[in-house]
Amino acid sequence: MPTFVWLTVMTALRVLGRNRLRAGLTLLGIVIGVGAVIAMVSIGEGAKQAVQKQIATMGTNVIMVWPAATSVGGVRGAQGGAVTLTVADAVDLKKKIPLLSDTAWMKRDILQVVNGHRNGNSPVNGVSPSYLSIRDWTFSKGGSFTQADMDSAALVALLGQSVVDELFDPGEEPLGAIIRIRNVPLRVIGVLSPKGQSTYGQDQDDVVFIPFTTAERKVFGTPFLGSVGGLYAATDQAEDMPEAVELIREVMRSRHRLQTDQPDDFTIRTQVELGKVQEDTSQTLTVMLMAIASVSLLVGGIGIMNILLVSVTERTREIGVRMAVGAKRAHILIQFLIEAMTLSVVGGCIGILLGVLSARLTTVIAGWPTIISGDTVATAFGFSIAVGLFFGLYPANKAARLNPIDALRYE
Amino acid sequence: MSALIICEDIWKIYRVGDVEVQALRGLNLAIRQGEFIAIMGSSGSGKSTLMNILGCLDQPTKGQYRLNGIDVGHLPPDRLAEIRNQQIGFVFQSFNLIPRTSALENAQLPLFYRGLSLKEQRFLASAALQRVGLGGREHHSPTQLSGGQQQRVAIARALVTSPSLLLADEPTGNLDTQSSQEIMEILEELNREGITVILVTHEADIAAYASREIVIKDGQILSDRMTKGRSQVVEA
Repeated sequence: MPTFVWLTVMTALRVLGRNRLRAGLTLLGIVIGVGAVIAMVSIGEGAKQAVQKQIATMGTNVIMVWPAATSVGGVRGAQGGAVTLTVADAVDLKKKIPLLSDTAWMKRDILQVVNGHRNGNSPVNGVSPSYLSIRDWTFSKGGSFTQADMDSAALVALLGQSVVDELFDPGEEPLGAIIRIRNVPLRVIGVLSPKGQSTYGQDQDDVVFIPFTTAERKVFGTPFLGSVGGLYAATDQAEDMPEAVELIREVMRSRHRLQTDQPDDFTIRTQVELGKVQEDTSQTLTVMLMAIASVSLLVGGIGIMNILLVSVTERTREIGVRMAVGAKRAHILIQFLIEAMTLSVVGGCIGILLGVLSARLTTVIAGWPTIISGDTVATAFGFSIAVGLFFGLYPANKAARLNPIDALRYE
Repeated sequence: MSALIICEDIWKIYRVGDVEVQALRGLNLAIRQGEFIAIMGSSGSGKSTLMNILGCLDQPTKGQYRLNGIDVGHLPPDRLAEIRNQQIGFVFQSFNLIPRTSALENAQLPLFYRGLSLKEQRFLASAALQRVGLGGREHHSPTQLSGGQQQRVAIARALVTSPSLLLADEPTGNLDTQSSQEIMEILEELNREGITVILVTHEADIAAYASREIVIKDGQILSDRMTKGRSQVVEA
């Protein structure tokens, strides 16, 4: 049997070699199909990873707790309307849930930020020091404020790159400069590394961070001491996130003394959920590109079937001779299947090369990120074999079912 | 002498549309090992149908055909393929070599389906080509060979499996006189070596090489006679 298969492959190659142009054109269908699948999938995967990277800029394994919408007399207010979250909630969450690696809190307002004669409106965030590490902010210059700054409500500020660009002349040193927010002078002690746009398209670098206590006591002012705009928590492992979310819900409900029939007075979100929409979009893109590419693979398969049917007709006499000298139906069937698969495998290999090449070119020329995974290549290759097998079956079966007498007499 | 072929009351009925065609009508025939037989008859006489049945390419509608004691009338197609491979060699009028394939590989073909190793295939095929006088032309493709040479490749292909029966359907029909003579001499030689040869022809001088001449008409045997007196009389 191995001799048979090997010799049949050789025969198939020779038969295809006889009609080089025809075999080449048939191959082209599979080459384009497989090439398209690989190129499209790697573009889709690249887009997906870009989105994932963007999601990661929010910090890894971050859980956000926001105040829920308030309902007063049947009128539902906007989310975050209630002032229900406190610093004490954050501290208690960390104490009660060992799963959480850290918690943070923040309070935000959009205020005018002034440097000398220049000014602009930016989100000003009063945050706990842990906030910066949870959200994965790093520094391009200087560094973060400390617990001591927190305790003393120090007049210090950290600036995002966009704020620096807006308030400072090029070449002007922001570190050590004194900016004013609501007429409170704050010394710049750090500049944050740029993060780019958020998944919502917001400029994440248009931001000023000041210690939470400074914000509360000296800049924003507050009706209730210790009330926060939002809580943040992080886990070490991504797998712990769902459990941590549930534990946070429990602790928060008990702290807020909610009855079982009362709804949460807070909202819990994770960056996974926030990124999901974007990921779904790129998933849709991948599936769509796949579908388009599959169509060309299908067309390639039909090309193989067509050429095999022609080949079976042309070689009817040969089939008759083979049968006369003792070929069984299975022999003929396998011979034509192997011819079909030789076409699709050779086409698949060239298609893989072409697909990888065009994915690379897309990255180089258009600057789109592409990812060529071994899985993609293996799947495309497997598909091309399957296409050969599937579309070869009908012509091969047709050949095997020929009557030897009719085949021998065929003109 | 043992009987190689026994046909008893063979009928072959085709249905072409609504018309029933009786190609063979109760034909009886016995052929012994080692005979050289010429089957003659006009077209439509049923001689091709008889050859197809004798060659296990077709099966009778009615009656019994025994080849080497095996009733091949009701065997499944794959079993028939095996019998063709092991016991029968075919030589056709139009040679029927596989195009763009060397003489050696053409001669190897039956051995390929027998599942021999490539080495054995080559050895036997090259011996067979030697036997028909084509030593040294193993790697010529059919288009590089003359008609007579092509037919010799076909004969090599037929005898490479050492069959007990060689069926030649108008083997000289496409050949000039010189080549025809050469081919017939080879068949005669093979017959002398013990292979049973059945030849279909309508040329009297070709039929003359055989030692027994059977004339078919309307699906029945019209005459069956010994020629050249080489063999003993056979019960028909």
